[in-house]
Amino acid sequence: MIPRHLLLGVAAMAVLVVAMGIYAGRMRQRARELAPQAEALPVAAPASGPTETVTLYVADDAAGALRAQSAKIPLPGGRQQRAEELLRALLRIYQQPGAVHPLGPAADLRSIYLIDPGAAVIDLNAAFADQHRSGILTEQLTVNSLVETLAVNVPGIHRVNILVEGKTRDTLAGHADLTEWFDVATMEQAGNQ
Amino acid sequence: MCPTNKTLALLLAAATLLAAATPAGEQQLSVYAPVATYALPVLERSGHEYVGLLELLEPLGRVSSELAGSHWKIRYNAIDGEFVAGKRRCKIHGHDFDLTAPFQVENSRGLVPVASLTTLLPRFLGAPVNFHESARRLFVGDVAVETSFQMESGPPPRLVVNFSAPVNPTIATEPGHLRMVFKHDAVVSPGSQSISFDNKVITQASFSENNGVAELEVDATTPLLASFSNNGRTITLAAAPTNAANAPPPPAAAGTANPPPAPAASGNAPASARRPLAVVDPAHGGEERGAALSDTLAEKDVTLGFARLLRHELEGRGFAVLLLRDADTTLTLDQRAEAANRARAAVYISLHAVSQGTGARVYTALLPVEQPSQGTFHAWNSAQAGALPVSRNLAAAFVAELQKRQFPSHGSSASLRPLNNLLMPAVAVELAPGNNGIAELTSANYQDQAAAAIADAVASLRDRLGVQP
Repeated sequence: MIPRHLLLGVAAMAVLVVAMGIYAGRMRQRARELAPQAEALPVAAPASGPTETVTLYVADDAAGALRAQSAKIPLPGGRQQRAEELLRALLRIYQQPGAVHPLGPAADLRSIYLIDPGAAVIDLNAAFADQHRSGILTEQLTVNSLVETLAVNVPGIHRVNILVEGKTRDTLAGHADLTEWFDVATMEQAGNQ
Repeated sequence: MCPTNKTLALLLAAATLLAAATPAGEQQLSVYAPVATYALPVLERSGHEYVGLLELLEPLGRVSSELAGSHWKIRYNAIDGEFVAGKRRCKIHGHDFDLTAPFQVENSRGLVPVASLTTLLPRFLGAPVNFHESARRLFVGDVAVETSFQMESGPPPRLVVNFSAPVNPTIATEPGHLRMVFKHDAVVSPGSQSISFDNKVITQASFSENNGVAELEVDATTPLLASFSNNGRTITLAAAPTNAANAPPPPAAAGTANPPPAPAASGNAPASARRPLAVVDPAHGGEERGAALSDTLAEKDVTLGFARLLRHELEGRGFAVLLLRDADTTLTLDQRAEAANRARAAVYISLHAVSQGTGARVYTALLPVEQPSQGTFHAWNSAQAGALPVSRNLAAAFVAELQKRQFPSHGSSASLRPLNNLLMPAVAVELAPGNNGIAELTSANYQDQAAAAIADAVASLRDRLGVQP
């Protein structure tokens, strides 16, 4: 015959195991609920440096054109960090509620590489392209906005390439070709026609 | 002088006003050097204009800076400079100099007065600089682009503007004059700020420069047509035809003539070889759905229906038509370009659809950084270069015809394949809904109107179409 205290001990442990299982399941469920929200937040690098007035070229879907917009943002001294802060400031405009050219909430810039002479490579995250609206005009405006803002505010950039997650991607969202380098002068001329 | 080679004709009636390069009130300094052309923001401190010295020298060579207390040191290549915050006296390569205003340090950035650049920079660069201080345009070395004019009384009268190096201005028109804005070109005054011509149509040209930008403005009594030639060294201005989009090709003397059309169709074209072949490309298809226009409507389906209507309209105007897909099939962009080039089509039209906006947008190729052709072979990614002037004329005709039928319509350039890869005039049309919402995109009447406009435009330029050399 099994002693009573042993039966009570086993029963207590069984209850404890079941309770812990329920608690762990609830914790996992909560983690799943919170995870997508955390991933959807754009990652903004902390900026330090003197505040400067810069010109951002902001896409306007209704007008089908870029408009120059002044902004005061802190800019670090290095060219690469400066370039990244510029484009992050641009993305913040596009991710505000009611933006005239909305981008996905998780769209972000991974990095910018400045390659002498006069070349810049913009590396976007996958969400930037995956969440982008599809259409010739909207995609081209995004490309023009990134290239123009970079070229106007960072001296010496004459051509720009756009990567997604570090790799060449055929199109931004089905239309704008990302396989080639963009010539800054050609784009500016096209934008003004 | 008779312009040759490729001619870029800008239809001035359709040109938009020049967008401002910088917001009102923002000052900039433009630097033109053999290795780079760039612009820097100019900051105003205590009534003086300043510019960052590190940022100014950075594109020109190897440069580093260091701040120790109030002393700011900079090294450009092998030249050392030392500045003190709040002091005018500085030392460059062991020699003392006085700035026109006290040196400033802001967040580790060294700022020097713009007015001191003429004396400061030659010490670092070891080369002469020419500074147009009132316009804030700085020329490092022998980079200035000279300008000369040649008036040809015609008819039609033409003003040939020659430059000593290729230029790439933005061009805008307003009633009574045409304005060329040189943001990246070291164009300098042709000697006199204003030149008058003994001509009743083109009366005067005037040069001005301000805030890092040069402008050349030409006054005329009629709208002008601008065309580039001589690899960007010559811009020819001539009176535009009354109805430029629908006009027959101008005479060769006007500098915008195009080669004769190529043979109309190859053996695999679906219709008579005597008729010019139009390739109509319904974008996307098969696994590639394109944009989701609604929960149930895919772009690939709208483009196919639209393409079938356009085929009917073009055939009614005497064209043979090749639809690149007549079913829900998958084609790569390269396959589409290869099919059109192989058929030696006279014209290529790509059809897209979108749920945002209204009316229609018309696109021509935005060519990537130029790749040289290899002998008789065209570079694949810039094969469109030879046909681009006619493509732009065609796009302007599309816009004009669509607007006639009350479609809000605009033309522009886009980096949209396969436009870059085509040897013939090539245009893409993106059809958006009208005022009645997304359902209009699938309305036969709506699509019919758009198709008729496009077909009319193609027919109006029939004699200028064909594979371009």
